[in-house]
Amino acid sequence: MGNKQTIFTDEQLDAYQDCTFFTRKEILRLHGRYHELAPHLVPMDYTNEPDVTIPLALIVSMPELNENPFRNRIVESFSEDGAGNLSFNDFVDMFSVLSETAPRELKAIYAFKIYDFNVDNFLCKEDLEKTLNKLTREELSPEEVTLVCEKAIEEADLDGDSKLSFADFENMITRAPDFLSTFHIRI
Amino acid sequence: MAHNVNFDLTAQHMEAGLESPVDEEGVHDSFNQLIEDQRQEAFELQELQRELDEEERDSVAYLSSPGREIWRGNQWRGEEGEDEEEGRQLDPLIEERWSSATLKVLSSMPSRTIGRSRGAIISQYYNRTMKLRRRRQSRPSIKDFSRSARPSIRGYGMESDSMETEGVDEEGRKRDHLVNNLQNLSLSDRVRMLRAMPLSVAEKSELRGLAGRKGQRSNHSQIPCCSQLKYHIIIALRQSWYSCLSFLHSLQLWQVALKRVSGRFGTGVLSYFLFVKTLLFFNIFLFLVTGLFLALPQAVHPPTLTQGHEAFSGLELLTGGGYFSDSVMYYGYYSNSTLYKDCRVTSSSMDQQPSPSVSRRTMETDCGVKLSYSMPLAYFFTIGVAFFITCIILVYSMSKSFGQSFRIDKSHGILAMKVFCSWDFKVIKKTSVKLRSENICTQLRELLEETNRKHVQKTVCQRIGRVLVHVLAWFICIGSTVACVLALYYFSEYMHKDLQYRSRIPTKDPLLKEASLLALPVVVSLINLLLPGLFNATAWMEEYDSPSVNTYVAISRNLMLKVSVLVVLCFHWLGRIASDPHSIGLQCWESFVGQELYRFLLMDFIFTILDTFFGEFLWRLFSQRVLKRKRKPVFDISRNVLELIYGQTLAWLGVLFTPLLPAVQIIKLLLLFYMKQTSVMMNCQSPRKPYRASQMSTIFITLLCCPSFLGAAVCVSYTMWSIRPSESCGPFRSLSTMFQSGKLWVKELETHNPNLAWLALVHSYIVENPLFLFLAAGIFLIVIYFNTQVVDGQRKIISLLQEQIENEGEDKKFLITRLQAIHQQKRPLSPRRLTSQDSNG
Repeated sequence: MGNKQTIFTDEQLDAYQDCTFFTRKEILRLHGRYHELAPHLVPMDYTNEPDVTIPLALIVSMPELNENPFRNRIVESFSEDGAGNLSFNDFVDMFSVLSETAPRELKAIYAFKIYDFNVDNFLCKEDLEKTLNKLTREELSPEEVTLVCEKAIEEADLDGDSKLSFADFENMITRAPDFLSTFHIRI
Repeated sequence: MAHNVNFDLTAQHMEAGLESPVDEEGVHDSFNQLIEDQRQEAFELQELQRELDEEERDSVAYLSSPGREIWRGNQWRGEEGEDEEEGRQLDPLIEERWSSATLKVLSSMPSRTIGRSRGAIISQYYNRTMKLRRRRQSRPSIKDFSRSARPSIRGYGMESDSMETEGVDEEGRKRDHLVNNLQNLSLSDRVRMLRAMPLSVAEKSELRGLAGRKGQRSNHSQIPCCSQLKYHIIIALRQSWYSCLSFLHSLQLWQVALKRVSGRFGTGVLSYFLFVKTLLFFNIFLFLVTGLFLALPQAVHPPTLTQGHEAFSGLELLTGGGYFSDSVMYYGYYSNSTLYKDCRVTSSSMDQQPSPSVSRRTMETDCGVKLSYSMPLAYFFTIGVAFFITCIILVYSMSKSFGQSFRIDKSHGILAMKVFCSWDFKVIKKTSVKLRSENICTQLRELLEETNRKHVQKTVCQRIGRVLVHVLAWFICIGSTVACVLALYYFSEYMHKDLQYRSRIPTKDPLLKEASLLALPVVVSLINLLLPGLFNATAWMEEYDSPSVNTYVAISRNLMLKVSVLVVLCFHWLGRIASDPHSIGLQCWESFVGQELYRFLLMDFIFTILDTFFGEFLWRLFSQRVLKRKRKPVFDISRNVLELIYGQTLAWLGVLFTPLLPAVQIIKLLLLFYMKQTSVMMNCQSPRKPYRASQMSTIFITLLCCPSFLGAAVCVSYTMWSIRPSESCGPFRSLSTMFQSGKLWVKELETHNPNLAWLALVHSYIVENPLFLFLAAGIFLIVIYFNTQVVDGQRKIISLLQEQIENEGEDKKFLITRLQAIHQQKRPLSPRRLTSQDSNG
């Protein structure tokens, strides 16, 4: 840091390093990115932990998220108030989970949250439909969508309650080797 | 529809939460009566209800809501008139309303109770406490909770007010529990656990603070001085580790470039570049080892050369001979002496060109204690240790990769996996995103078709035709490979004879002689460039159904070609040249082989450049301008990776003869990375076929280990053990084999220092005795066998358990319908429920 303005105290940086998958430098870089999004809102000095949030619309405009079909859900899943406003902590949290080193289990938990559109702790048919429509840009016909949903639920559902609980989801994820590498955003 | 659902849900939540405590007792009674005949099970369930510990208590309320949701979902299904089998199975469930007893049974359904891993439980718990806090925040009376946790999708349960205070207490206890847990862990484990917790950073840092503070306090009170010191040391160590980490991170190569590639092409193409990076690290390691222990000491104390340096002509860069031939690049330059430091050597048994030097072992001579460095020994052990460490790293990364990409159970769930795991979150370019979703769309359609009409029966004629085409294709591939290999064999023989001829009559033009050495590498690289094209053409003719089979076939054919080419080349070097170096006028056959390997490596690189230029750049221009096609060529990942593996094999083969070959390989890889990156970004489009990146990278790392590294290691150890080194150059000149140097050293050590006799014994038993090798290999095989057996057993257990889960689900469903039916008879619907049902509709 040297003669530059201090953004975080050493204590804070240590805490970030212990709680996320980032190093000091990356935390500072993330702060830079966060600051970039709303320079008038976000202060450069974070030593006294200001209570600042950035609305969803701004976060989503980041190039990393801009084209992602699930961008709104990602931001919402990580926002503290559920409406998509991210504080810096949430912001760090989001990229920490999406980083390369995060363990499969953690990624699975948040992936589940992201795909759970109606926030009921289960991936039911509608969630799947929404997921599919986002994935394929609504190019599948409604019949195809329902068919895919049914088949997918049938395949992944272990106990036959026709929706996917976290256990079902996690079980499926462990069988998808590519999940770890694809559920990853480079920052 | 979606909106309705949400409203319904909350209404029902409310009701469920409020209702359950009221008629719990009655439910228990009815519940017991109903399933008297299955007393055992009923008892268990009751236990469950009564003894739901805090955690269960937390979850029951919210878990009850999903139950309602099923019901609603099914009703909706019923309305839609979908006669899915599943739907019919659940039919009896549709009309009833759920009693709270049923809800509790539902809450103990397998999907709600099993597999809730620790992280999930923690997150669930925290989300609930956050809910509580938030509600309290809204109330003016209780206000000292300034922070709120992450809101979440979990924990939508509603508690009655009476439960709330209890909940807060519980929260405190749970938090204490967590903090205690954290304290009991070691520092690194604590960090690991903290990181893996699905909580927000604020929560985590608070937990961390609590755990740290408590830990510190206990430290202060118990053992003041010692442990404090230890604590500070640990803190300091950790600080330095972190700074080291961030330094390493700033070194991390190609961060931006990799991000750009992955943002445009996704994981598949990225895996190629990551492979380049891996190889680069292997070579940097090799280079550091050989450079530090061999080249540097020798360069500091150069041996006196018998003839002067040749002038630099420029052709050396291609052939590796001439100016380079008497330099640290090659084996021949290294002396067989012991290098001494700061001491005029008076007594040295075997050295011819005494030179002062660096340290490895101490020796007594007339000027006291001094440091000496035995070159032959250093050469032998450096190469050996470098190979050994590389082997360990390779095997380790291979096993890790295997663990990640090949799961034990992969029977079904392809469609679900496609839906949830196929999106590549890295991709950020608009056109690529579009392409990707189109791909997913077509893949889903294909999968649907497959599941719909399982197998289309082909007629016998078609099948025979198919088989014939395959046979023909394989015949062409194997035939062309054999032809190429034979041609290579005779060509190398011809070149060898030519060399013999040239060595007998002194040529006027040494440059021509040098240039003629390039013929063999050019031919080999041409074969490597052209035959894969032929293989691709045959694969196109074959029309494989699944892309993965296609890839595997392509890989195996290319591998077959490369392996057989390398076998012929190894025979050429180790069989022809090494056995009779004098016939072609060689003083130092090792250096010659080293030069050959340098030439091959370089030619391979040059041909890759040409291939990139013609195959990607010009082809794109041609197809866009002349053929007016919109499509760009597709980057062939597997072929490119196989070329990398081929190059790496050459580099490993050459380390013994050219200790600085890894440096050449490093330069080559660096250039290759930038070249391929620009070419890919400019000329290629993202692949249309799905590419299972992690499985493919496992295969590639396996290939790198098994034929490539293992083959190189076998060749190198064969050279060390049984080929006679040249008599007039190199560190092993007076010995019958390179391996002798170790033996001699041990003997010498024994005479100098009788205390170390055991070392000689160990050496003779372990290194010289083949029995030990056999034993080690045997143990290795046994371990592998046991592991496969364990995996097999696990697979069986998994399928059994899955069956059990399904059965349990069925049982519970049956019980629920029974329960529901009798519940219905016993108590008619209460008016309140009726109204709520109305509001649902």
